[in-house]
Amino acid sequence: MMLSCEQASKLLSEAQERPLKLTERAGLTMHLAMCQGCREFGRQVSSLRDLIRRSEDHDDTQGK
Amino acid sequence: MSAEPVNPLADTDIEKLRQEMLAFARLQLNDAHLAEDAVQEALAGALKNSSSFSRKATLKTWVFSILRYKIADVLRGRYREPVQQECKDCSTDDDSYFDSAGHWQTGSAPRAWGNTDQLVTDEHFWRVFDACLEVLPGEQARVFMMREFVELDTHEICDALEIKPANLHVLLHRARLRLRACLSSSWFNAEAQ
Ligand SMILES: [Zn+2]
Repeated sequence: MMLSCEQASKLLSEAQERPLKLTERAGLTMHLAMCQGCREFGRQVSSLRDLIRRSEDHDDTQGK
Repeated sequence: MSAEPVNPLADTDIEKLRQEMLAFARLQLNDAHLAEDAVQEALAGALKNSSSFSRKATLKTWVFSILRYKIADVLRGRYREPVQQECKDCSTDDDSYFDSAGHWQTGSAPRAWGNTDQLVTDEHFWRVFDACLEVLPGEQARVFMMREFVELDTHEICDALEIKPANLHVLLHRARLRLRACLSSSWFNAEAQ
């Protein structure tokens, strides 16, 4: 069964909290192969985490 | 490894924040003593994790998200509603991002942000980010900050908020959808809004 974008993006979000099961990963891989929107969503979700983590190492970004 | 993170708030900032919280809590609770208690508790709870927030604006959003939660607790007690509340942001189906088949709505499909490497030091970007965080529904903002800034895991968040992991996953998904949509339109100009 094909995942919808809502389901695929939910899995991409959950992957930030827990390892996905094999079947989930397989469904997601299939969906992402055909869906650019969800591919971008996945990238952006990890960009967000990455930016936040790195911002915490930058105390010099504090306002005055 | 970086040095011990600095608390972004000076004492005068905290006092100013406390006053704003008090005004907010009084308005919500209509009781000066209850308001004082709620603010005291929320502030103490929030400042424990203050070093996770390197920007004042984000810390303020965090503190207020905890205060809202405390206020909801007080109101719940006052009206004797059942303690085990439904997760309210979980049921509101405001997901206009997807059509009835669950596919991205026209215009909602995420478009490329491009290179984000330089953004971490861009104060302008973080102002937009904080503004986007602030307009998230309270519960979503709170769990997102617990997860991404305080870096708690699923267990810890679910224990603290007495919600189920499934609810947490829904909340985080919604939070990420909204936050990325807000950043896309307010900063990256990726999708037309
Ligand atoms: Zn998709």
